[in-house]
Amino acid sequence: APALADGFGLGREALPEEVAAWDVAVRPDGTGLPEGSGDVWTGEEVFTDYCAACHGDFAEGVDNWPQLAGGRNTLTDDRPVKTVGSYWPYLSTVWDYVNRSMPFGAAQTLSADEVYAITAYILYSNDIVGDDFVLSHENFLDVEMPNADGFIVDDRPETEYPLFSTEPCMENCKESVEITMRASILDVTPDEGNEDAAQDEAQDEAAAAPAADET
Amino acid sequence: MSDTFKGKGASRRAFLRGSVAAVAGAAAAGSARAATPDPLITEVQDWASGFGAPVDDAPYGLPIRFESDVVRRNVPWLTADTISSINFTPIHALDGTITPQGCAFERHHSGAIELKKEDYRLMINGLVDTPLVFTYEDLERFPRENHVYFCECAANSGMEWAGAQLNGAQFTHGMIHNMEYSGIPLRTLLEEAGLGAAGDLSDKWVYVEGADASSNGRSIPMEKALDDVLVAFKANGEALRMEHGYPVRLVVPGWEGNMWLKWLRRIEVMDGPVEAREETSKYTDLLADGVARKWTWVMDAKSIITAPSPQMPINHGPGALVITGLAWSGHGRITRVDVSKDGGKTWETARLARESETKALTRFYLDTEWDGSEMLLQSRAIDETGYVQPTKAQLREIRGLNSIYHNNAIQTWHVDSNGEAENVEVS
Repeated sequence: APALADGFGLGREALPEEVAAWDVAVRPDGTGLPEGSGDVWTGEEVFTDYCAACHGDFAEGVDNWPQLAGGRNTLTDDRPVKTVGSYWPYLSTVWDYVNRSMPFGAAQTLSADEVYAITAYILYSNDIVGDDFVLSHENFLDVEMPNADGFIVDDRPETEYPLFSTEPCMENCKESVEITMRASILDVTPDEGNEDAAQDEAQDEAAAAPAADET
Repeated sequence: MSDTFKGKGASRRAFLRGSVAAVAGAAAAGSARAATPDPLITEVQDWASGFGAPVDDAPYGLPIRFESDVVRRNVPWLTADTISSINFTPIHALDGTITPQGCAFERHHSGAIELKKEDYRLMINGLVDTPLVFTYEDLERFPRENHVYFCECAANSGMEWAGAQLNGAQFTHGMIHNMEYSGIPLRTLLEEAGLGAAGDLSDKWVYVEGADASSNGRSIPMEKALDDVLVAFKANGEALRMEHGYPVRLVVPGWEGNMWLKWLRRIEVMDGPVEAREETSKYTDLLADGVARKWTWVMDAKSIITAPSPQMPINHGPGALVITGLAWSGHGRITRVDVSKDGGKTWETARLARESETKALTRFYLDTEWDGSEMLLQSRAIDETGYVQPTKAQLREIRGLNSIYHNNAIQTWHVDSNGEAENVEVS
């Protein structure tokens, strides 16, 4: 490879089959999508087989497992519900992530058509498409995600850094200070490890103490 | 004294109170002079007479058993399972700046995978002159650099947005480690593949992903990729631990830990970001108006008092006290750390143990005297850009309560007259 002459001459050229095997990323403009299609009802079947045990029959989530549907218009609530429908900006991410990393524990086992079908079912579960919808590589970009405009690029350099970059107060900074919240009230810190460790220490001390006392 | 420590019911608190009382008693006697000779000195101890362990006892040693509480801990209720989950570095018990790898926090999205060097492959593809595949052996033949950097999870302190929740620096601030890395500048590998095909580099990106099932793919702007990003294979002198990406990980100085790809398998040069799951659904920061920030890569200046803290009560009574902690900034060096004992009414400037390295943990000390009264301890970091670590109120005013990530607010510990400390918020 001519490019190597200029470098260290390390590595070897990647073969097209190798790049194809590992480079499966799909981008917001659809780059990377393979040919294929899947409809909502097929998606429901596949979802039931591979996904519903954790994500629920309707993508509503089981126990603490992620909820994939619902939560529309909750992003300003005290407890926002961030799902594919309420939060995710791009459908490409759904396809890409399901294809690459799901089902949890058996990733990369779905065919392209299955991923299209599951994606169609997740869209349906979020009321973004009707039950007769067929998703394919050709109509993929036609789907409008509800929160597509919900993101801004990091604006801390404008909104925070100037405010926080002034010489700080050193003396008489406040009139008074009150405790407004205590972790002990929630009492959610795991303490088993702590207590065991404390116990070990205590027992070491206790074991040592009689010997010392005897003298 | 042994009466105090019977059974499981004996609490650390009771033990600590006992110690304080004993020390206070001695102090009350008004003398540093011992009443009776100390048998640990006057009697020949076993270790001063018999043998210790032989040199073939531990080819790779672990800490002495008395340090068994200096371990990673997890908080079961935080995540649905322990595979895509987090644990916490025992920063309360450590000193200096280098994190021992064996207790350095872990964050996986599909578990810690076992990938041997012989099976390792790294691919560079996309807008490069020649897409390349490297073996691990290839990587060891490139010129190497050594740097110390902190890796802080974007979610470190995330549970504390709404209030004081977890009682201990390990839990509130322990999604962090700081290691000395040996590796290759990412720039070197990109240049080996050739960036001519990429054309104007100013609007180009690299997409990086791991070999694990989660892949954890993230997009990084080319400017950062060509700056200080390392492809690392050694940490603190030895190979990476399995759970930290063995045999090869990405080191992305100053930037959120999620981007420090472990088990790195592919780097693609692109003309735009992928907007992968880990930069859309996750690692985006929801603001109060319902809009979310994306690409919040840098970890801002932050600090934490590690002792005294809830897991490190003062058990020596009044008198000389070392207040110590860590400070760090993703923007560069820490130039100053201030400490307050009264909840932010007055501040004293602490002593940096040594000059701060850029984008690395910095140790500070305030050598002080405790009179036995209550304290509201805070620390406040300042970095070389002049940025001063904000209060939680300041951050909430701009972001609201639901941004999850990037909580770098000032932490308060309430120390009571017994020397016990609690995580609190103050007005």
